[in-house]
Parts: sequence; C-alpha cells; structure tokens
Amino acid sequence: MLSEAAQGQMLVEGQATGVACVLTEPLSLWGGFDPESGLVTDVHHPDHGRSITDTIVVMRSGRGSSSASSVLAEAVRLSSAPAAFVLAEPDEILVLGALVGKELYGTTTPIVVVSAAIHGQIIDGQRIGIQAGGVIVLR
Amino acid sequence: MLDGDHGAGTAMAMRLVVRLAQAMEASRLLPITGAHIDSCLYHGQSGIDFVQRLVDGGAQVLVPTTLNVSSLDLLHPELFQGEPATATAAQALMDGYVALGCEPTWTCAPYQAELRPAFGEQIAWAESNAIVFANSVLGARTHRYGDFIDIAAAVTARVPDAGLHHTDNRTASVVVDVSGLPLVLRELDAMYPCLGFVIGRRFPGEIPAIMGLPSSTSEDDLKALGAAAASSGNLAMFHAVGITPEAPTLAAACGGDDVVDLVDVAVVTAADIRDARDQLSTHSDQPLATVSLGTPHYSLAEIERLHQELGNNTIAPSVAFYVSTARATLHEAMLRGWVTPLRNAGVIFVTDTCTYITPIVKDTTGLAMTDSAKWAYYAPGNIGVDAVFGALSECVQSAVAGRVIRDEGLWADVV
Repeated sequence: MLSEAAQGQMLVEGQATGVACVLTEPLSLWGGFDPESGLVTDVHHPDHGRSITDTIVVMRSGRGSSSASSVLAEAVRLSSAPAAFVLAEPDEILVLGALVGKELYGTTTPIVVVSAAIHGQIIDGQRIGIQAGGVIVLR
Repeated sequence: MLDGDHGAGTAMAMRLVVRLAQAMEASRLLPITGAHIDSCLYHGQSGIDFVQRLVDGGAQVLVPTTLNVSSLDLLHPELFQGEPATATAAQALMDGYVALGCEPTWTCAPYQAELRPAFGEQIAWAESNAIVFANSVLGARTHRYGDFIDIAAAVTARVPDAGLHHTDNRTASVVVDVSGLPLVLRELDAMYPCLGFVIGRRFPGEIPAIMGLPSSTSEDDLKALGAAAASSGNLAMFHAVGITPEAPTLAAACGGDDVVDLVDVAVVTAADIRDARDQLSTHSDQPLATVSLGTPHYSLAEIERLHQELGNNTIAPSVAFYVSTARATLHEAMLRGWVTPLRNAGVIFVTDTCTYITPIVKDTTGLAMTDSAKWAYYAPGNIGVDAVFGALSECVQSAVAGRVIRDEGLWADVV
C-alpha cells in the first residue's frame, strides 16, 4: 500500500483528490467506455460495468485507438471523466484528451506517470491525492 | 504563435503541440510539410466545440492537409441509416475542417492520391493504417498522431521533435521470418492481412523487419498488412526486407551490420496464418447478408481486380455488396469504365466514409464477409455483425452464390 508521498512525472499539470480505481488491464476509452454513463463498456475487460467517473484511474498504460482523445474530451464535457490518471507508461493519446478538455471546458484532468514499483503499491479503493509537480500522497 | 500573434485559434493549437512535446520530453519542435486529419470523424459535441474554437480563432492550416473518412457519404447520402441529428452534427464537424483550409479528400488512404509524401519528408499523419503506410512504404516520417494533435500540427506546421521523426527510432526491433511459408501462400492476397494480424498481436510496440516476402508483393498487399497490424496491435512502422525503402537489406533495416545479429528472430508459420484467418471469422449459422470490401479504401488496382473477379456474374439478391473507396478513386474507376458494370452487377460504392464506423450496412443480423482483417476485427464491436474473413475470390464467389464459400484450394498448403 502506498503509505507516503511518491514522486511522479506530470504529463498534464493539475491537482486532484479521489478514490483509486485500479484497472488490472489497460482500458481503451474508444469502444471500451461510455462517456454518457461513465461506465466501462468493454465486455472483455475485467472491470466491465464499473464507473470510473471522478475516480483516480490507475492503469499501466493507455490502449487502442487514438480516438480515445476524443472520448476523454467528450467525457470531460459531460462531467463523466475520471478526476485524474496515474499511469506507469506515458500515453500521448490521453494527454491530448485531457489538454483539450481543459482548453474547451476548463476542467483539469491531471495525468501522472510513476514507476512500476510505485504503481503496483496503489490499492483499489485507497484515497489518494495528486499535487502540483507530480507528487502523489495518501489521504 | 503562442502569444496569439497568429490569432487565438493558432495559439491554442500551439499550446497543444508544446505541451505534447513536453510530455514526450522533446527539447524542440520540428517543421512539417503535410498533414492528414482523423479528427473529422464524429465522436460527440466536443469535436465540434474544438474545431469551432479553431475556426472562430481565425486558424488556417499552414501545410497541405488531407481529411480522413467522416461519418457520412456525401456523394451517396441515401446509404446513411443513422439518426438525422447525428448526420447534422457530423456534417457540422466536416464543414469546420474544410473551413480551416483542409482538402475534402475524405479518405483513410491518402497515400493513394496522385500527390503523396516523398521519402524522408517530415509529416503529421493520423489514422493508424495511413501512419504505417507512410512510414513503412513511402519512407516519410510521422509519429503516431491522433485526434486534436493532427490539426494542431497542421495549423502550426510543427510537431514535437521525437519518436519516429528520428532515424534512430526507425530501426527494426524484431525480425519476422516468413520464408518458410509455401510460395503459393506468400503470393495469396489474403495472407498479408493475416500476417499483419499475427504481427500486431505478437509484437506490440515493436518495429518488425519482415524477411521472405516475394518480390511480387504489391502496395495493396503492404497496405493490408499494415492496417491489420495497426488494428490487432499498435504497429506504426514495419520493414519488408528487399521491398520497403529503408530496408534494402536486413542489416540496413536493423541499423547496421554490427547490430543485426542482436535482433531477435521470430518465425511465422502457415499454421499461424490459418489461425489468424479463423480468429477473424465468427462461426455462425446465419445466412450471408453482406460483403464489405475496401477497408482501407480500395485502390484503383483493387477495383480493377474486383471487376475482373466478378466477370459477367451478378451478386445474389440476398447479399448487399459494399465497396468503400475514395471519391477521387471512384472517379478514376468511372473513367476506366469499371464502375457502371460493377453497379449493374449489384455492387454498392461507398465514398467519404466506411461501412464499419457508421450505420450503412442494412442487415446486421446476417453474416458479413470481408477481405479486410481490419474490418473483421472492428465491425463486430462497432456495428454488431458477425464477420467472416476471406480472400477476394472467396468474397466474390460467396456473393454470387449467396452463401459463404471457402475455397480450400487457396488455403490447401496451409492445412
């Protein structure tokens, strides 16, 4: 369990607090997530049916089509987006969705990349905070 | 541009390019000479809000920019089976991109146009199959761009100086040896998408150098291979040794004589190809209702082949037979006299869009047959059909007979 502050690399700046939603497999937002409902809709995904709205999504990497940028921006518009993402690998597609969501609707969706070791310590349901500069803290 | 000297639209585009560069840890930006935009496909109101912000901010593209498929067939609007409100929104999105100065090409195969990027040209292309083709077959250089950044790059004529724009990042990371496949199979059109499907699945994130493809390998074969691998995996570039421009030899593809022996070698067998064919096919007792060709958009050569394969036969009345292609290619095919006989035989041409991304297929309860691994991969999830993958000749024979015909002779050496 992540019990202290950890430093990550901030891909999209911002601050967020929320409950960690640890996805065991990367989720493709395009075709795998419904921005109307905020639910995981990929029937092959282990977290099918789960809501990721306002959570801090913890997944190893992004996945699939570059249209995921559009889906994330659409989720920001509909207020169904996660509060933040914590990844173990940089993902340009999610970064663009978050940047455009901020440009158009003023909502920040921070994205942080941490080491695989730190990533693995975050437990589903744990309350965590993301601070400016990429610091992740237990709340 | 960031300061707004070029208008608020260009400033927003530049902010996106700069912030992406920071996320990619690129230390500078690189000028580009062309762009291809995928953001014109409708996913929701946010896409319209984004392009409208650019238009209202006075942005214009600074480099020649082509447009990918949209959700609508503007030449054949009667084919659209979706909600009128969706069509209106999709049209508004398309209008926005044309207002920015993009060329209304509406094709996922911009590399089939007369003017296409030259070897070594730095470009910003979106659409996964086009990215693979540009990097691999043309030797032009694009990173994997997607929604929003594609138009931001076109408006600023800049991209982050990173990724596949760099020579060092374009060398092969794995060797895929197909020389053990029977020659008859290596010369079968349907082998290429199957091989692409296998490569995408097995080597995500890698740049494979494929050894053993015959000299008869065509651009259409390489297109099908790349499109399949970009669907089943995230392939952005491959080398075909002795065929593609950055792979005159295996050593050249791998980055030099001193490193070529360090690259892992994987073998693809005939059984792998057969497995791919079967994985791309749903087993179902439903009757054949649809045949869909042209994902990516059919080339002129592919339309000619279809014209020859079909001969004097006609499509069974129970089968809807779609061919997706670019409006420019359809025009060329008309001039050659192939379109009218194909239409008379029952072929429905689709332009500007594709049958797996928008509601066009009339009967989605029946089986749909395709020669495209990409279509077979995405259509079941997108439009809810059961798909059967086959060679062009199998698709044509099946369409004429009104039931799925598997020509085991084609695959005989596989079994």
